[in-house]
Amino acid sequence: MKKILKELAISLKVTLGLLLVCSGLYPLLVWAGGQLLFPKQANGSLVYDANGGVVGSELIGQAFVGDRYFHPRPSAAGKGYDAASSSGSNLGPTSQSLHDNIAANVKSYREENGLDANSEVPADAVTASGSGLDPHISPENATIQARRVAKARNIPMEELRVLIDKATDGPDLGMFGEARVNVLVLNLELDRR
Amino acid sequence: MRGHDWLQLMLFVGTLLLVTKPLGLYLQQVITPNGKTFLDRIIGPLERLTYRCCGIDPLREQGRREYGISLLAFSLIGLAFTFACLRWQSHLPLNPQGLPDLTTDLAFNTAVSFLTNTNWQSYGGESTMSYFSQMVALASHNFTSAAAGIAVAATLIRGLSRASSQTLGNFWTDLVRVTYYVLLPICVVYALFLVGQGIPQNFKPYDTAQLVQAQMVTGTDNKSQELKEQSIVQGPIASQIAIKMLGTNGGGYANANAAHPYENPTPLSNFFQMLSIFAIPAALTYTFGRMVRNQKHGWTVWAAMFTLFIAGVLVCWRAESAGNPIHQHLGVAISDGNMEGKETRFGIFNSALFATVTTDASCGAVNAMHDSFTPLGGLIPLFNMQTGEVIFGGVGAGLYGMLIYVILAVFIAGLMVGRTPEYLGKKIESFDVKMCVMILTVLAICILGLTAWAGVSKWGLAGLNNQGPHGFSEILYAYSSCVGNNGSAFAGLTANTPWYNYTLSLAMLVGRFFMIALILAMAGNLGAKKILPSSAGTLQVHGITFTILIVGSVVLIGALTFVPVLVLGPVVEHFLMTAGKLF
Repeated sequence: MKKILKELAISLKVTLGLLLVCSGLYPLLVWAGGQLLFPKQANGSLVYDANGGVVGSELIGQAFVGDRYFHPRPSAAGKGYDAASSSGSNLGPTSQSLHDNIAANVKSYREENGLDANSEVPADAVTASGSGLDPHISPENATIQARRVAKARNIPMEELRVLIDKATDGPDLGMFGEARVNVLVLNLELDRR
Repeated sequence: MRGHDWLQLMLFVGTLLLVTKPLGLYLQQVITPNGKTFLDRIIGPLERLTYRCCGIDPLREQGRREYGISLLAFSLIGLAFTFACLRWQSHLPLNPQGLPDLTTDLAFNTAVSFLTNTNWQSYGGESTMSYFSQMVALASHNFTSAAAGIAVAATLIRGLSRASSQTLGNFWTDLVRVTYYVLLPICVVYALFLVGQGIPQNFKPYDTAQLVQAQMVTGTDNKSQELKEQSIVQGPIASQIAIKMLGTNGGGYANANAAHPYENPTPLSNFFQMLSIFAIPAALTYTFGRMVRNQKHGWTVWAAMFTLFIAGVLVCWRAESAGNPIHQHLGVAISDGNMEGKETRFGIFNSALFATVTTDASCGAVNAMHDSFTPLGGLIPLFNMQTGEVIFGGVGAGLYGMLIYVILAVFIAGLMVGRTPEYLGKKIESFDVKMCVMILTVLAICILGLTAWAGVSKWGLAGLNNQGPHGFSEILYAYSSCVGNNGSAFAGLTANTPWYNYTLSLAMLVGRFFMIALILAMAGNLGAKKILPSSAGTLQVHGITFTILIVGSVVLIGALTFVPVLVLGPVVEHFLMTAGKLF
């Protein structure tokens, strides 16, 4: 019994000691280093408007509707793109609700973009992302939407193409991951034009 | 399955192979109490200060009982501390969002979850945990539970490498040295890299963004209302993500875990997160080989793990690329695969690879929602967890878990040729085999028993997000994940109810401490034995034949137990999906 009490006493001291180092020193060190080396990223890669107000984050998607904007992916975060409540749909492959959601998304995507009733649509355009905050869409998806946006905003296609390319990232280092178009960045470019 | 994806797979495998040896050699120095590392000058003073303040004699060795008592005492204090922090979160500092206290069952479940290196999350991170809870109550366990896992693996290695020894090392020394020399220094560099990739590290309140285009949403009263703002999560995220991956913890800062753009912003951060999950478990096989003076055996264990890993990746990747015929029938492009629950920047391949890696190792972080995987794609994570997390596995836990199968493989091979089995010069006798079999049996009973219980109970079925066989898979996944100390989920399951919180806590505690107790018993027993010189009749424990033996024992002894439930869940669902059946 005495032995166990002694072990508990050591445990308490070690717990406190490691807390100071792992939960105090360490996060503060990363905080100081991060704020010094990468201040923009360390504060959330925020995007500001002309008056210095926060309009969003480059990394966090926002909802957009209507012909004048590029649309992001469907979102299951809260009521859609709720950045304080990230989530996927978590609906399984044989789910009736998932089937119905996708069917509705396919229908409206085809209508909005003037596609044939039996044309294939890009998967990312009609499925919800894992986080519900995916800031990106696939280049194929952007290309299809470009026709609609060009018409609504009366921009020549070539000019819009340049804007899309500006908002597109290739695979990291040419090798890792997928090419993707940042919807918020692209739409802000459109408004700024 | 494009060429670009094969290239990424080769890069991943190549890098893993490259880090195994140097990190393994480094780990060997760390788990040797007076080992030499290049960080001695910087960390040495801090280490000695810690020993002095806590009254630890770093060179005093402990026997298996004493070692176990130290570990349990330390765990008990950690559990009580974290429980208290969460239960009374609102009275503690660093809570700019004013988040409320957790309920008793949720606080207990979460404290157990982080203590056992499971990091199962019954809660949604950003909407539940204050900065203090994240950084102090939870992240401290990310370090110590990982270090404790490596410490237990070290005792088993010592038991196998020492002759006629009554001691297994000192728990406190192992704990402190692993934390200070391995986890902390790697994490500092790694976390800064992650900040550079875009993971925030700050202490400001959540930002409020004025939306570019106001959003129409349906309110609670079914009327549509205009939403003009977006509340954006902030906090000390990067420091937590680094250790969450390196320590194979997997507890996300946000609900969406590594799918959240703030937790895993780029494919490059994704690559390093996957690598950091596997790095220490892979390196430990090298440390093991070196310490038992049979490096070829260390690599053989590595190869067996690798074989099981690659097989899993290929099946999962193929199933996800093939996609869901039901959705393709609606018009979703066939070549895009199954993108539900996946992020655009990762695509099919990196989601499938991450899912395999995180469930092979007992990490449990997810960069895509496993619940929305195709049935066969989701079967792989389930299968991986049910092997007992031995495919590289958790830090430390993976190695000691795998050695159970290795000892059983030696035992079975010994039976086949009719001689007393010997493993690395140690006679494998009835006590050792009993321990191994008991571990595997109890874990399997725990998974299957609890699944069956929840599957026929009102409280079990109330939490389901999906019906039909998929609902069954959700329950099976939860208990497999908790017993295996993995922590990933078919996240549609609403597990934040007292019944689920307590039964899952039980599963996690058994999966962790029952296993550790038996491993320590076996390590002590093996350490006390003589080391016999090898002779012409000794079974060779390296080479292709022995690799096949290990893989065979994992598949036949471990996974075969679960074939019936896997048939009831994912396999049935696969055929129903092909037939177009919906629930």
